[in-house]
Amino acid sequence: MSSLEKETTRAAQQAARGFIGGDLLVESLKTEGVDTIFGYPGGANLWIYDALYLSDINHILVRHEQGAIHGAQGYSRASGKVGVVLSTSGPGATNLVTGIADAYMDSTPLVVLTGQVAVAGIGKDTFQEADVMGITMPITKHSYQVRDPRDIPRVVREAFYIARTGRPGPVLIDLPKNVTGEVLPAGEDYFSNSTMKIHGYQPRFEPNALDVDRLREAIKQAKKPILYIGGGIISSGCSELITRFARETRIPVTSTLMGLGSFPPDDPLYLGMLGMHGTYTANKAVFESDLLIACGVRFDDRVCGKLERFAPNSLKAHLDIDPAEIGKNVAIQYPVVGDVGRSLALLLEDVPVPDCSEWLSKLQKLHAEVPLTYTKQPGILKPQEVLEMLQAATGGQAIVTTEVGQHQMWAAHYYKPVSPRKFITSGGAGTMGYGFPAAMGAAIAKPDQTVVCVAGDASFQMNIQELQTIFERNIPVKVFVINNRYLGMVRQWQELLHGERYAESRIGGPDFAKVAEAYGVLGLRAENAEEAQAAVAKALSHQGPVVVDFIVAEGENVFPMVLPGRGSDEMMLADRWSE
Amino acid sequence: MRRTLSMVVNDQPGVLSRIAGLFTRRGYNIESLTVGTAEQPGLSRMTISTTGDEAELEQIIKQVEKLIDVISVVSIGEDALVARELMLIKVSASAPARSEINGIVEPFRASIVDVAHSSLIIQATGDTDKNDALVELLRPYGIIEIARTGVTALIRGQLVSA
Ligand SMILES: Cc1ncc(C[n+]2csc(CCOP(=O)(O)OP(=O)(O)O)c2C)c(N)n1
Repeated sequence: MSSLEKETTRAAQQAARGFIGGDLLVESLKTEGVDTIFGYPGGANLWIYDALYLSDINHILVRHEQGAIHGAQGYSRASGKVGVVLSTSGPGATNLVTGIADAYMDSTPLVVLTGQVAVAGIGKDTFQEADVMGITMPITKHSYQVRDPRDIPRVVREAFYIARTGRPGPVLIDLPKNVTGEVLPAGEDYFSNSTMKIHGYQPRFEPNALDVDRLREAIKQAKKPILYIGGGIISSGCSELITRFARETRIPVTSTLMGLGSFPPDDPLYLGMLGMHGTYTANKAVFESDLLIACGVRFDDRVCGKLERFAPNSLKAHLDIDPAEIGKNVAIQYPVVGDVGRSLALLLEDVPVPDCSEWLSKLQKLHAEVPLTYTKQPGILKPQEVLEMLQAATGGQAIVTTEVGQHQMWAAHYYKPVSPRKFITSGGAGTMGYGFPAAMGAAIAKPDQTVVCVAGDASFQMNIQELQTIFERNIPVKVFVINNRYLGMVRQWQELLHGERYAESRIGGPDFAKVAEAYGVLGLRAENAEEAQAAVAKALSHQGPVVVDFIVAEGENVFPMVLPGRGSDEMMLADRWSE
Repeated sequence: MRRTLSMVVNDQPGVLSRIAGLFTRRGYNIESLTVGTAEQPGLSRMTISTTGDEAELEQIIKQVEKLIDVISVVSIGEDALVARELMLIKVSASAPARSEINGIVEPFRASIVDVAHSSLIIQATGDTDKNDALVELLRPYGIIEIARTGVTALIRGQLVSA
């Protein structure tokens, strides 16, 4: 059907059944610029589907609601837009819970639409009733239950505004069936009533100028400063500003997992990722620093390790939009609350240049002396090799999503995204099953870019059903399964921390290439370096979706590693302890 | 350190859950919580008395402020505050004990609001310490039931709590 025909048919259908709450919802979503929804229908959201029928919003029908929400997250993380997901009530809505928690942890802006039983049935244990507002309260930025369809335009507007401003996050709208199904009398202007009423929400964009001046003076005094940057740089869209700031001040930079891509990976100021699996030099630099300048980060335990030993001799500055992050885990002497990009812009108006060239050259020397390493073994494919091949073939230009585990850390080590929104991973929640649907969402948001999901053999099995979705819609995701026949990260902890008692970490999987073929998706398999090289090339040049099963060494570990409870200066390197 | 948080919140379903849930999840302590309508329609005033060190209290306030339905929060120290709690105590009272109980109740400016054959209900208003003291004095007579509302509060003088 042409879009004109669709529009005409839609109008005729609407005229026949009347203008309903669901129509109001779809119109409100369009007003917010929504072009894509990830969802799954059921009894309680059927009026919403009725309103979506023949609309020009692209609805992605997934095979599990968890796939829908991670899809919306990937879409959002790749595009910077608010992701939208739609489920039915009860089990449909509870299937979204993991994704909501994940989005909350990683500050991903989402609007989550859940069907609900009719208002008259709420509280009566009606079929497929679940208290989704109650269940998700601690993992949403805000939530609504709409009781009157006339509130829909205002609620939708507020929800998008709250989701994308300040510190972004998921906002849930619970929509009882009678509300979306209610026929509204024609001839009224339902949109005039969309003025927002959120007096309790005033995110602070503009930092306090005095705080910025205090920080500027502190930077001038510093001898061993370091920039510790994270996902907030990407949310704020200030990767160019942080790059300029580092280059003009000559302060070395380390990034969190969530910040990868926000600073040019080949810049001589860049020391790599910090934290549990950070580089030797990045962790060493943080430990020895006298001024830690934290930008858009949250002092996560996977970054800091044992708090008493985290940057023990440094003064600490924290630039963040969320005032509650300041001092939450670590005492801060120089807080700057506001948009981190805006704060950096103010600092750049009168750039403080510290005297730290000695410090920088010492770190650069160290970084060259202790690079990331692994040992190749003839005839056996090492997981790191696959990531190096991916890096070589894409030059860091592709969007890479990851699942969770060892392969995620190797991707962080060896894949070097050249710009923001090219490395999409579940950081705060560490959700296995995130990466594959997120890749699907990213590929929908950025159809002109190569999208690769680096998956573990176990993680991939958590949402493998979305192969059907990418097949049907011809979404050209390239899944690289780093197949070690283990819950590798669990195995590593058992080896290092549980006396090699490998309880339940050996895990089987199917022949992934055959599974892919069964879904109609190209499946490849590689067992050694030559085959891997060929498979990478073939996968990246293939027009449609593809799954490559890389059969890699079983017992490889991720190094460096700061063992849990240790200080970030005590690292296990591949073959020895750091001094 | 004990602090009283006086907050103005939207009078919306779920607000109490959001705030109580936040305290539970982050491991903050609630000593008492009262809620009732505020001066403006559509808004409620919630008063929570809590304990914690300086850093913890700062976190509590910032986390509460993040809730969209919370319009304002102020933390008030004991001395800057008019804090009151209403308490009802049902106490056993044989005829001879009654005049004694009367003598205890009077200096507290409490009043006897129900008289039954062998018991009395006393109504007292005051800060928590004063009400505690009254409970202790009445204990020897045999306390049958106590109901306390928890503290509600406003800042002294011209300043407003929100
Ligand atoms: C949903 C979920 N369940 C359990 C875990 C705990 N966990 C973390 S890593 C990991 C192993 C992942 O195995 P795989 O996907 O094969 O990746 P590998 O570590 O082998 O690269 C597990 C079980 C998790 N992060 N998420």
